[in-house]
Amino acid sequence: MTATANTACIPVLPRGVRLHHDRVRKVEVLLGPERTLMLDGIGHAILSELDGRRSMATISGDLAARFGAPVDQVSRDVETFLTDLADKRLVDMIDG
Amino acid sequence: MAEAAIRPPLALLAEVTHRCPLACPYCSNPVELTRAAGELPTDVWADIFRQAADLGVLHAHLSGGEPASRRDLVELVAAAHDAGLYTNLITSGIGVTKDRLAALDEAGLDHVQLSMQGVRAEVADFVGGYNGGFDKKMQVAGLIAERGIPLTLNAVMHRHNLDDLPATLDLAQTLGARRIEVACVQFAGWALKNRAALQPTRAQVDEAKRVVAEARDRLRGVLAIDFVPPDYYADYPKACMGGWGSTGLNIAPDGKVLPCHAAEIIPGMTFQNAAEVPLGEIWYGGEAFNAFRGTDWMPDTCKACDRRDIDLGGCRCQAMALVGDARAIDPVCRKSPDRGRVDALLAEEAVGADWTYRRFAKAPAPAE
Repeated sequence: MTATANTACIPVLPRGVRLHHDRVRKVEVLLGPERTLMLDGIGHAILSELDGRRSMATISGDLAARFGAPVDQVSRDVETFLTDLADKRLVDMIDG
Repeated sequence: MAEAAIRPPLALLAEVTHRCPLACPYCSNPVELTRAAGELPTDVWADIFRQAADLGVLHAHLSGGEPASRRDLVELVAAAHDAGLYTNLITSGIGVTKDRLAALDEAGLDHVQLSMQGVRAEVADFVGGYNGGFDKKMQVAGLIAERGIPLTLNAVMHRHNLDDLPATLDLAQTLGARRIEVACVQFAGWALKNRAALQPTRAQVDEAKRVVAEARDRLRGVLAIDFVPPDYYADYPKACMGGWGSTGLNIAPDGKVLPCHAAEIIPGMTFQNAAEVPLGEIWYGGEAFNAFRGTDWMPDTCKACDRRDIDLGGCRCQAMALVGDARAIDPVCRKSPDRGRVDALLAEEAVGADWTYRRFAKAPAPAE
């Protein structure tokens, strides 16, 4: 476990943190210990990519290709989002 | 307030029992405790969990008392899990055996919040009023880590252990916790009774804030730290419950549905029972939940305040306890005409006193 992640790290949702469809509010949420994050489309798209195999860099590349967006911009969004969650211990970063 | 404007609740605190082997003098339970015979049965709790999920609740916190004092704890967790809720067990660890933890794990338990009375047996067991409690707790922490169940340490801090905060943060890491709640005692329930014995000093509070700020920086990505400061020392009140009737509901062991765990001290308020009334009706239409919802009820000072939507009117039970009026400005606030009372209490009390352990009164309970 390192406090500062690099793009070669493989981000994963640790046990006790999971995506959930909130059927009452009709929104996707991330549930963790004492935490509820209402996700927008981008947040949900990023977290849905976490498969325990691909690195942050690979995920950014795949998302950029799928959405036809510049990879620089997608990488920035992905890194900012996942690093913030890792700081809060809602995402684990495995050294790639 | 119109129903359309009321948001669905996010969290349910299920106080499944008031029974507890510990006797912590800061317990948030009411001074009038419910006995085992008055507790809701398993099937009623299961129905409540389903209703809660239908209502929009995402997190079920199983608390007490000590929830492990209930023989049907595994069934309760399974019922909350099957309802689709994120299940959090709030426990002292006493009564959580290896086999029981395995059964809880298999029943779908998502997370354990383990309470800490102190980092050393002599302090922890003195605070909990239970010899050997600390050693048992350490064993349970080991079992939790072994099974890989996510762990939060809930360190309840006060004058007798706030100086141990750095060691408490170290212990959280040693036990493999991802999160720690450094929860300075909030003065409601038994804690209010024992305030003089528990209130930290200003020097302790200042040091604790420094330690937390430093640790948050140093342990970023390693240990998430939530800090609940002692609010008598604050300039503005806590946003109690994230706003009355806005985020969560508490259900007492007998089924009484409360906007917060201390709400029963407010006179004239009637609380409906989840065994009798649908939860949705209580949340949206119940008198107690609507009493301090939104901003219409607020004193003019609060309505006009630029912190109105930050502090959300502070804590009604605190206004009741300290000013004798649940509609008054929370006296912790610098803008309250009663702030002087809080300062006087701090000057008077943060020095020394004995406490009364939280225990059931000897049956029959004395009439007062």
